[in-house]
Amino acid sequence: MKRSFFAALGASLLALAVAPAALAQNSIRIAVLGPMAFVQGEHHWAGAEMARDEINKAGGITVGGRKLMVELIRADTNEMTSVPDAQSAAERVITRDRADFLIGGFRSEAVFAMQEVAMDHKKIFLGVGAAHDELGLRVERDYNRYKYWFRVSPTKSSDLGRTVFAVLNAVAGEIRKQFKTETPKVAVLAEKAVWTEGLIAAAQKNLPAMKMEMVGLWQPSATATDVTAELSAIERAGADIVFTILSGPVGIVVGRQMGERNMKAVAFGINVEAQKDEFWGAAAGKANYVSTLNTYAEVEITPKTVPWVRAFKERYKKSPAYTAATYDAIMLLKQAIEQANSLRADDLVPVLEKIRYVGNGAVIEFDKRHDPVWGPGKSLGIGVQWQDGKLVAFWPPEIKGMQPFRLPPR
Amino acid sequence: MLQDIVVTSLVNGSVYALLALGFSLVFGVARIVNVAHTAFYMLAAYAFYTLFAKLGLHFALAGVLAVALVTAAALACYRLVIQPVREHEAAVLIATIALALLIQEVLLFAFGGHYLGIPSTLEGAVRVAGVSVPYQRFLILAVAAAVLVAMWALLYRTKVGLAIRCAANDLEIAALMGMNVHRVALATIGVSAALAAIAGVIVAPVFVVDPLMWLAPLVTILAIVVLGGLGSVKGSVVGAFLIGFVEALTVFLLPRGAFLKGAVALTILVIVLLVRPQGLFGIVYEEEER
Repeated sequence: MKRSFFAALGASLLALAVAPAALAQNSIRIAVLGPMAFVQGEHHWAGAEMARDEINKAGGITVGGRKLMVELIRADTNEMTSVPDAQSAAERVITRDRADFLIGGFRSEAVFAMQEVAMDHKKIFLGVGAAHDELGLRVERDYNRYKYWFRVSPTKSSDLGRTVFAVLNAVAGEIRKQFKTETPKVAVLAEKAVWTEGLIAAAQKNLPAMKMEMVGLWQPSATATDVTAELSAIERAGADIVFTILSGPVGIVVGRQMGERNMKAVAFGINVEAQKDEFWGAAAGKANYVSTLNTYAEVEITPKTVPWVRAFKERYKKSPAYTAATYDAIMLLKQAIEQANSLRADDLVPVLEKIRYVGNGAVIEFDKRHDPVWGPGKSLGIGVQWQDGKLVAFWPPEIKGMQPFRLPPR
Repeated sequence: MLQDIVVTSLVNGSVYALLALGFSLVFGVARIVNVAHTAFYMLAAYAFYTLFAKLGLHFALAGVLAVALVTAAALACYRLVIQPVREHEAAVLIATIALALLIQEVLLFAFGGHYLGIPSTLEGAVRVAGVSVPYQRFLILAVAAAVLVAMWALLYRTKVGLAIRCAANDLEIAALMGMNVHRVALATIGVSAALAAIAGVIVAPVFVVDPLMWLAPLVTILAIVVLGGLGSVKGSVVGAFLIGFVEALTVFLLPRGAFLKGAVALTILVIVLLVRPQGLFGIVYEEEER
């Protein structure tokens, strides 16, 4: 009797020790990695909070016949000032906080480092923020190591390029129509950074084929506080379009100083600062007509977009930035976990590879690099413009809710 | 284009002059390489943002209050952080670096990493030599010119100025002549911080205010004071306008190399250190010669 009791006890303890994670835990721990003192990190966290609250309110995620609550771990990567800090943050959430999944990241340099840490520990890492092509190329080159990486948002740099030239063509069409100019003149204003080089080369190659004349290339620093000289030269060159490729605060300076000079040219391109609600205030209300690629607006990109953007605005009193796609990352993860009925990374990878998820800003399917598939009806992006203090969407025109693009008066 | 270059270099050079003059004075009088100098410039921009854009004070009152608050903060920092280690030059340098980073982190905590914009205090533009200059930039030029004239009057027409120049010329002789060099150093720290604060307030409505804005001008003013001569008041002003001119020239003549303007300033710094280490108007210290 005594012997059988101890045998049963021993067997129970052994069973507990080797029980699958899902049986041993009461929640699913998701680490949200981002520069929390900056807008990008704030929106990483806000999107994740919305997803967590929605899932937990509905009872949690079903796995192994149990409902597990979502628990978020807020990890400040401090990646704006220190890439090693980001690497440490990834290490910390895995080893100390015992995160099951990682989402977020912003600067490509920092995400490269965090990706390595996640792959070392064979943890699923859903990227929300970094666009560098190399992140996905690694999956293709060394699948066994990097298969745990999936990029949810934005699309990779080269796909961003495809979208930006499509919108640029539409802007040029508007100029041709309104000002009877056959060959609009384009000034390329790109900050000096590695990520802009591919787009500059593409502009030099594509613009003549798109019947546009490139009148020059100006390359200020990403943190320049004054672009008077560049804008004077652009005005002298008679540019109709200032094609911006900017991610730093210089984007605010460009918008403000173009407004102060009442420039006839319109700014379109990538201007990360202009995607934020704070841009209008930061540019002291001078940045009318500045336009850029973006991810969210109150238009029907998918059936979920408008209600979600409204709910976000209601809760946070601001529009979602593209890093708020942490919401989609968590929802997509929920769908995959429930489909795989497992929390094990190796069980989830094949499910994620085949998943089709209708998100708030895109319909997500992954390609062989684990990048979102680009194209209309998939992951594409939208064109937005600042008009009298409001950020309105204008492209692609077939989406319900789009407004007309405006040109500065001449 | 020439007019563009001249106007741009005058506006930027005048801001650099305010910053470099304060930095140089502190080095000349107190032998302190104050890395936190541009952090006070940043602090003033944030103070002005809070008082003018957030609390809605009149811009002139907000500007005066911001300068006063930052000057008081700088004096308190001198007493608490720098004075206890004054005798150790390396410790002073490290303390000012720590102070600058502390100010950066406090602002990051208080305001977040957002880029903040301040509405123009003056709208419209004026034409100077055929170049359209917004009133706001003209104000920078006017305030900087007025402050530089006032500084000249302070340094060359008052007893305090005489004391500062004496201490800047030879600290030991000044002490041997019975001057209270510690009090002179304190006065200089106050004047220097006020100059940095004025620069911060006048550029705030034109630039973007953020918690890393102290780094770029720090490199530039280091180049300026080395070019002009460490501790030389005249050298700082001349150096500021020279660097402002070279930067404007770089941007206008090399549009694809506009990002190089900081590197050009650093190249000048290296060349001056190699060819004429004492700078254009620098003081050669006897102990350094030996």
